[in-house]
Amino acid sequence: MSVPSPAPIKPVLTHPLNVIVATDCGSTTTKAILIEKVGDEYRQTYRGEAPTTVEAPFEDVTRGVLNAIAEIEELSGRKILDGDKILTPNRTAQGDPKTGVDIYISTSSAGGGLQMMVTGVVQNMTGESAQRAALGAGAIVIDVLASNDGRLPHEKIERIRTMRPDMILMSGGTDGGAVTHVVEMAEYISAAEPRPRFGATYKLPLIYAGNKDAQPQVKKILGEKAALVLTDNIRPVLERENLAPARNKIHDLFLEHVMQQAPGYKKLIEMAGAPIMPTPAAVGVIMETIAKREHLNLIGVDIGGATTDVFSVFEGLFNRTVSANLGMSYSISNVLAEAGLANIMRWVPFTIDEQTLRNRIKNKMVRPTTIPQTLDELQIEHAIAREALRLALIHHKSLATALKGVQQERTISDVFEQQQSGKTLIDMLKLDLIVGSGGILSHAPRRVQSMLMMVDAYEPLGVTRLSVDSIFMMPHLGVLSTINEKAATDVFVRDCMVYLGTCVAPIGQGKDGERCADYAITFPDGRVDKGLLSFGDLRLVSLASGQKASIAVQPAKQVNLGAGAGVAVTREVQGGVVGLLLDGRGRPLQLPTDHAARVASLTRWYQAVDLYPKAG
Amino acid sequence: MAHSYTPGLTVTEQAVIRRRRMLSLPGSVLVTTGETVRANQAVARAELPGKVYPMNLANQLGVAPDEIHEYLIKKAGDPVQKDEILAENKPLIKWLKTEVLSPITGVVESVSPVTGQVLLREPPRVLELLGYVDGRIVEVIPQQGVVVETDCSLVQGIFGIGGETWGEIVIAVTSSDEVLTPRHLTADMKDKVVVGGSFISSDALARAKEVGVTGLVIGGIHDKDLRALLGYDLGVAITGTEQVGFTLILTEGFGAIPMAGKTFALLSAHAGQPASISGATQIRAGVIRPEIIIPKGAGALSDHGAATVPQREGIRIGDQVRIIRDPLFGKIGKVASLPSDLQKIPTESDVRVMEVRFADSSTAMIPRANIELIEGT
Repeated sequence: MSVPSPAPIKPVLTHPLNVIVATDCGSTTTKAILIEKVGDEYRQTYRGEAPTTVEAPFEDVTRGVLNAIAEIEELSGRKILDGDKILTPNRTAQGDPKTGVDIYISTSSAGGGLQMMVTGVVQNMTGESAQRAALGAGAIVIDVLASNDGRLPHEKIERIRTMRPDMILMSGGTDGGAVTHVVEMAEYISAAEPRPRFGATYKLPLIYAGNKDAQPQVKKILGEKAALVLTDNIRPVLERENLAPARNKIHDLFLEHVMQQAPGYKKLIEMAGAPIMPTPAAVGVIMETIAKREHLNLIGVDIGGATTDVFSVFEGLFNRTVSANLGMSYSISNVLAEAGLANIMRWVPFTIDEQTLRNRIKNKMVRPTTIPQTLDELQIEHAIAREALRLALIHHKSLATALKGVQQERTISDVFEQQQSGKTLIDMLKLDLIVGSGGILSHAPRRVQSMLMMVDAYEPLGVTRLSVDSIFMMPHLGVLSTINEKAATDVFVRDCMVYLGTCVAPIGQGKDGERCADYAITFPDGRVDKGLLSFGDLRLVSLASGQKASIAVQPAKQVNLGAGAGVAVTREVQGGVVGLLLDGRGRPLQLPTDHAARVASLTRWYQAVDLYPKAG
Repeated sequence: MAHSYTPGLTVTEQAVIRRRRMLSLPGSVLVTTGETVRANQAVARAELPGKVYPMNLANQLGVAPDEIHEYLIKKAGDPVQKDEILAENKPLIKWLKTEVLSPITGVVESVSPVTGQVLLREPPRVLELLGYVDGRIVEVIPQQGVVVETDCSLVQGIFGIGGETWGEIVIAVTSSDEVLTPRHLTADMKDKVVVGGSFISSDALARAKEVGVTGLVIGGIHDKDLRALLGYDLGVAITGTEQVGFTLILTEGFGAIPMAGKTFALLSAHAGQPASISGATQIRAGVIRPEIIIPKGAGALSDHGAATVPQREGIRIGDQVRIIRDPLFGKIGKVASLPSDLQKIPTESDVRVMEVRFADSSTAMIPRANIELIEGT
């Protein structure tokens, strides 16, 4: 099914790549990093940031870029800018190594990112395939229209008219199949006369990737009304997805049309030495690269102020989803609305009245750039982050599925297994690594806070390693990897990826204090740490970054660590800046319903892992 | 050189502002450059294409899509009246005849021989774009809209709901920290922009609706009361289209927070004058804050070539600031010092801070991210 994200055309460099400046133009902040070759390896050396300037009064994204780079100039003492120009290449050959860089590259999600509307014939077949194609290319999908989506034709037309997408992707039908429904959808789009979000005068880019037999009719209906591009069917036969051609077209049109309309992007494209990538596409490239290189099943998350992107690679299949209104600042109030107050409160280890909490969350929504100043405010934000992460993963699981509508061969032994087609690909027991990125995870005052937020939100099963992006540079490295894989890998391994440690979490439930599992950890120096993990226990064992240990676990009779109930498991576990987390709280994780008991449990767990400084 | 960003809300007695008034689709502009316009005057007009009604005639007549042309009474482009026959079959037995009637009055937009579908479109709806503020047209964008300039006093709020409206300013309380209660809201406040103090409760909101005020400007509100007013929990701060009976503008935030003295004084000084207000808020890239515009009157329009809202600069010692995060949320003070080194705060984060001095001469160190400049002269 899914295929790797589109790789931009590789630029031809005529000089060696020793100094690189990269930016990510986010919706609020433009983050710049400097990467330098030190000896034989590339390292990230300096970082600067400035407000993004897509909007009035500046309306030129390059202002923010130049400001962020200017901060790097100040910190590094390197001259990078000559007025509004970036000095390339580096002047080492002229005897002036502290002047210029060899390339400037960038990603962008400014101005709300790439917003797409997709259409299909059957919602959970071609509709979902189109959605996966758009999401994989780094888009936010603002609506999925399908012939069977339950909306009346005039409602569909009204919806197309009121949404102002940057681009539409049309799919539907297998090659050689019936054309009626897909032509009908083309007629609706034509009647709606959709207009793009930016630029009143240009035609809306529209990609048709449906039944090839309908191409002539679609061209006739929409050829005049939209900037129509025809490409291969994303679902040529029911059993196979072919997303790459549509994704590549999305990427091309994003650069050719959408970005050209956004303020200052023409200049930005000229400044950059490689094509600008949508931020999520660049992060997706990095996630796929990690999974492939280390042959892992992984889940990656980038939790921002407005959106939360989730990436997964299971058995080599890449998927990405974006939860457009789950985030920690602009969308914080929506996390409350979607999760409900009780779900947020269950992570807060103290008592706070509902009115105060609701007002505080709304105040963060209207002043999104503020930071928690007190410990209780930090704990509330971490509680909200757990819920945002949890909800975004639920969303991801519902979309990262095997193809629906595909016939399955069954034997007589399968008769009693009511397994539907379209089962989620996310298998938490097969998950090897969780990668966290985004402000709340990358900038948590203690790394153990990031680890526990992800463990509480995702409830990993069995043995799972966790890591975070040190200072949020995965987008930069994603685009860098398309021009120089070694540079991206060097920086990723040495400066970006911070391994937090490993979580060992048996599946099963029991009363607090009951035996969950016996364990024996054999450390690299031969020392053996034996113990009993009871239900309700959360224990942190020191195991430094780069160290490996062996853990033998004998679960209780009804408890499973992946090999079956009561079956002993021995696994190699890797250390990290936090260590080895033994989680006996049970899976699924159930918190006490009584308020006082819950606060007591949270307090005990948080103290056990030294999660927060002692108050006062 | 990079600048540290300090968000700020403008509260100023004197500004020349421009508001771009754009049609959502091309139309005609009704005014010319230099013309004086009123807030409630139409400055441009467009015709919004009518609603589309798709009908699958092939299905209804039981014929193949490519045959429907033979059965059509109305062709593409023809006008049609409600209940007029669009198509009919020709059976041998008369009482087996099927007639398909038009559900609307409009035109036949298209007929598809592939799907058998006919699209009918209602007549266009006229959309008038109003001036919003009393001012002067300084630019006409052909077919799209105009730019109106006005010499005014300007107050930006932090959050609002409801769209553009206008009315006379009435001050309903005696001080900026007084709570606006139902007894403050009297029948003569109908169609007025009512200014309260620190807070409005749900019963006062109900009273405001009953009285028929056009706008409410207040320090704060509880989130639960906003939820009750809207009927849903607002997830993302993108507002302006709500219809709750009035436009509501919060100057400080959520909770009971006294309105900044400067804001209250400015609004009080203009009691009895007409104001244009908008609750539209967008807290995303390209922030839009709600606003209260009090034009100086047509005679006082400036001759400046450009709008002059005070420019935002870096923060300086002595600037008036509002603290926008707990534990001192809502307090107003002045910048006493701007230490350049990072400082550890109780969360253990190392952040840039500033020292703020309050009216009682006490001081506090506050993360720079947690203050807001009160801008304007």
